[in-house]
Amino acid sequence: MIRIENISKCFGERKVIDNISFEFFKGKTNLIIGESGCGKTVLLKMMVGLLVPDTGNVYYDGVDFHALDEKGKQTVRAKIGMLFQGGALFDSMTVEENVMFPLDMYTDWTKEKKLERVNFCLQRVKLEGRNHLYPAELSGGMKKRCALARAIANNPEYLFCDEPNSGLDPKTSIVIDQLIQDLTREFNMTTIIVTHDMNSVMEIGENIMFIHKGKKWWEGHSNKVLNSGNKELMDFVFASEFLKKVFHTS
Amino acid sequence: MLQVFHHIGKYFLLLKRVFARPQKWSVYRRQISYEIESIGISSLPIISIISMFMGGIITIQAAFGFTSPWVPLYAVGFTTRESVLLEFSPTVISLILAGKVGSNIASEIGTMRITEQIDALEIMGINSASYLILPKILASVIIFPFLIAISMFLGLLGGYLMGVSSGACTGYEYIYGIQAFFEPWKLYYSFTKVEVFAFIITSVSSYFGYFTTGGALEVGKSSTRAVVYTSILILFFGLIITNLFFNR
Repeated sequence: MIRIENISKCFGERKVIDNISFEFFKGKTNLIIGESGCGKTVLLKMMVGLLVPDTGNVYYDGVDFHALDEKGKQTVRAKIGMLFQGGALFDSMTVEENVMFPLDMYTDWTKEKKLERVNFCLQRVKLEGRNHLYPAELSGGMKKRCALARAIANNPEYLFCDEPNSGLDPKTSIVIDQLIQDLTREFNMTTIIVTHDMNSVMEIGENIMFIHKGKKWWEGHSNKVLNSGNKELMDFVFASEFLKKVFHTS
Repeated sequence: MLQVFHHIGKYFLLLKRVFARPQKWSVYRRQISYEIESIGISSLPIISIISMFMGGIITIQAAFGFTSPWVPLYAVGFTTRESVLLEFSPTVISLILAGKVGSNIASEIGTMRITEQIDALEIMGINSASYLILPKILASVIIFPFLIAISMFLGLLGGYLMGVSSGACTGYEYIYGIQAFFEPWKLYYSFTKVEVFAFIITSVSSYFGYFTTGGALEVGKSSTRAVVYTSILILFFGLIITNLFFNR
C-alpha cells in the first residue's frame, strides 16, 4: 500500500498540488484523474521521487520515502515498475534487451533464466516473437505493451502508469487497461494510473481520486462516479455534449 | 559570470555522480565495448581520410616554403612530422572528434532526457549519470590514443606519398627527415593532450545532453553548445598543457 499525506508542491508562485492525502491499495487499480494541467503527473513524479514535495510525505508500506537516503531510495525503487506516457523504451536496445534490462541490473540469473522471464513477460502483454525488433519498429500500442512488459519484468510491488492510453485508439486503450488490471490482480501489485481517459475510469477504476485545481476534489469507486453529485467531476466526465445527451436519455 | 560558476559547479556535481561506484560492472563492461565501437571505431574512416590529406598538404606547403638551397630536403619530412605529431593529430583531430562525437553524445543523452528514458533509469533505481556517462568517458579515454596514433601514422604516410609523387623530396630524404632529431617526450606530450581532450569531449558533451530540458529544438541547441564549449576547452587546455611541457 502507498499512502500520501498532506502533499503540496509549488512552481514559483503557482501552487500545483495543494495538501493532498490519499491511500492507494494493494491488488487494486488506483486511478488519479483530472483535466490536463491539474497536477496529476506532478503528483505521480513526487510519489516516485522524480520531484520532491514542498510539504508532506509519501509512505511505501509505512516507510517514509523522501526521508530515506539515496541507498534506501534505490532499494524502494527496485520494487517499482513504471509505464511512461511515451513508453520511454531505450532506443538503442531491442524489445528483448529492454525487458531484460531490469533483470541485468538487479539479478544474478543466468542468461537462459532471464530469457525465460523476458519471454513470459512478452507473452503476457501479447508481444511474443517480437524480441528482436527495435522500438522504432513498433506501433504506439506495441510500445506501450513492451514498456509494460519491462515494468513488470522484475516482479514489482508497485506499478505506476502515466497516461497509459494517450495516443491510442479506443480499442487498443481497452486492451492496455485490461492488461494492467489483470497484471495487478495476478501479481497483487499496488497499481497507480494517471489518466483522463473516461473509458479507463469507468472500466478499471477501483479506487479513484479526482484532482481539480491542485486539490483532491472527490474519491471513490467507478460505480459511484455517475451518482457522485459532484459538479466538477460531472463536468469532467461529461465533457462532450454527446455524452451529456446519452446520459440524460438513459 | 555567475552563470559560468553555476555551470562549473553543476558539472562537477554531475562528475561526482558519474564516478560513484558502478552498480553492476558486467553491464558497464558491455556498455564500454559498445561505446568503443560507437565512439571510436566508427570515427576511423573520417580520421583516416582527413589525416592522409592533411599530411600531404603539410608536406607540399613545407616543400614550397623551403626554397633556399641551404635547407636540406629532409627538412620537409622533419617539418611534417613535427606538425603532425605535435599539433595536427592530437589537437585538430580532437576538434574534429568534438564535432562528430561530442554532438552525437549530447544529442543522444538529450533525446533520452526529453523522452523520459533517463527518468525510467532513475525510477528503476539506477544511477543514470554513471550508467550513461561513465562508459563513454572510459571508452574515449581508452580508444582516442589509438585513433590519434593511427592518425599520426596516416598523416606521415600521406606526406610521404605526396612528397615523393610531387617530387618535393625523395623517399629516402622524407624517411630520414621524419626520424631526424626525434625526441620521445614529445609523444608523451601529445598523448597527454589526447587523454585530457578525450575526457573533455565526452564529459562536457554529456553534461549538456544530460541537462537538456524541453523538446527537439533544445536537443539541437544542447548539441551545438556541446561542440562550441568543447572546442574552446580543447584549445584552452591545449595551451595550458603546452605551457607545462615546453616552458621547462
